[in-house]
Amino acid sequence: MSHISYPLQRKFILISFLLIPLALLALFTYYPAMRLVYLSFTSWDGISPVKEWLGLGNYIEIFTNPDLFGVFLHQIPYVLIGIIQNIVAIVFAVILNSKLRGRNFFRVMLFLPFIMNAVAVAFMFQYVFDTTNGSLNGLLGLVGLESWQQSWLGNASLVNYALASIGFWRFMGYNMVIYLGALQSIPGDMYEAAKIDGASRFQMLWSLTIPNLTPIISLNMFLTLSGALAVFDLPFVLTKGGPAGASETFLFKTIETAFQFNNYGLASAMSVVLLLFTAIILLVQNLVINRKGD
Amino acid sequence: MSRKFDLVHMLKYVILIVGTCTVLFPLYVVFVNAFKNEEEGSNPFSLPASFLNFDNFANVIDRADIMHAFFNTFLIIMVALIGNIILGTMVAYAVGRIEFRGKKLVIGAFLIATIIPTITTQVVTFSIIQAMGIYNTLYAPILLFVGADVIQIYIYLQFIKNIPYELDESAMIDGASLLRIYRSIILPLLGPATATLIILKTINIYNELYIPFLYMPKQDLVVVSTAIMRFAGNNQAQWTNICAAILIIMIPTVLLYLFLQKYIFSGVTSGAVKG
Repeated sequence: MSHISYPLQRKFILISFLLIPLALLALFTYYPAMRLVYLSFTSWDGISPVKEWLGLGNYIEIFTNPDLFGVFLHQIPYVLIGIIQNIVAIVFAVILNSKLRGRNFFRVMLFLPFIMNAVAVAFMFQYVFDTTNGSLNGLLGLVGLESWQQSWLGNASLVNYALASIGFWRFMGYNMVIYLGALQSIPGDMYEAAKIDGASRFQMLWSLTIPNLTPIISLNMFLTLSGALAVFDLPFVLTKGGPAGASETFLFKTIETAFQFNNYGLASAMSVVLLLFTAIILLVQNLVINRKGD
Repeated sequence: MSRKFDLVHMLKYVILIVGTCTVLFPLYVVFVNAFKNEEEGSNPFSLPASFLNFDNFANVIDRADIMHAFFNTFLIIMVALIGNIILGTMVAYAVGRIEFRGKKLVIGAFLIATIIPTITTQVVTFSIIQAMGIYNTLYAPILLFVGADVIQIYIYLQFIKNIPYELDESAMIDGASLLRIYRSIILPLLGPATATLIILKTINIYNELYIPFLYMPKQDLVVVSTAIMRFAGNNQAQWTNICAAILIIMIPTVLLYLFLQKYIFSGVTSGAVKG
């Protein structure tokens, strides 16, 4: 091998090192994405070789049938709680970025939920929210707020907030660690200079820290919003979409449409809609960030 | 001034302690209830009669097929990791070290892939897996964890930039082949990135629910996530048992986390693309 010229070796390496990874990428990411678009114009049932061409039929169905598009309303609580989650994460990151005894202990504790098994966490919270034996109702009873006790997962107007708060519990520490990493990369002498100029603690936070965090806030918001768009695990494990469909999400509906009702055409169109929304969020965020940079 | 400072300092601790208690509250309840008998009353906060009561744990291990689930999960993680490391380092070497036309296209193709949520394409992926004849085998999740989730490439690409090219050059002056440079210089120097990748991927795969659920419905192919789902489904509201199952499943990643936090934190900070 070492007798072959380097340019030839480079060609050899390029082809042999990239062939399999690119093939896998094409097979499991780009082919499915394109196939999804094609199927979204048909009425395929997942088995039959015949695929009837529907044109925009599936898309019209999605946007006009409130049972399909309307479930996005169920995901608003996830967005709201996700935004609060980011604000709280920034607060914790700013606190942990200051000189403090036990910093690492608190960081380890707050990040802990992120590494836990999602299904185990879901069942843990089923117990927390349980109406008769649950610890949340128990806690409310202890502090004299019996009137607040609830069937948290059985109440149609509360169930999505309850589920979204599980996401808050799991991911706040994750957002926090990302913010903390960004804070630590802001050079310390910028703060020194601001101090010399007589800036107050709040001024430093508002005009120095926050602007430096903007790209990371944007990244975290993308993760939060695209996560909120693609909520699936929690309703799937805990409520099966109930009570009476109140906690169904768009992805939940998509998976159900495909694998339970065998309407792959409609499900593909729903997946495409979801992918487009994700792309739009990303695009809008990039535009906003770039305009600020100019 | 110093009084104000103390107040702010106090407030910081109050906030941190409230946050920590919120994290620990549900875990405490699960912990104490995992050691209780069904008859020990319904107060979720009370301590168990004895922390040596392992009945619930024995019950879970016996009925939930937990050991089998751990074995399958471990197998999937091992094979998927080996695949990820080999393919990830190869791509990083080819793209990070060699100039060629279409390089930007290749990088872009991998990066865009990291933002497509894997679960949205399952409708089609499912038929691919079926057509390959690996539905209901361990190969299905392994192949998907290797081929469909490409976060490792992002981590390696970032890392390889920081390895000085002079190392490659001096090896070339000594007449080493590129394959040898990859194997004896680049691969070892990518070690820290590999450590990060191993931990993040292990946690990801360990926690993944939907892929094993969808592709391996067979009883024998149970993994950790599907085991607890079945168990909790068959034992509705038997909280003491479910708590024991939750604890058993949480312990491995918590231990991994506590011992290897350094790598996890650096990995999360550098590879924060796909959650």
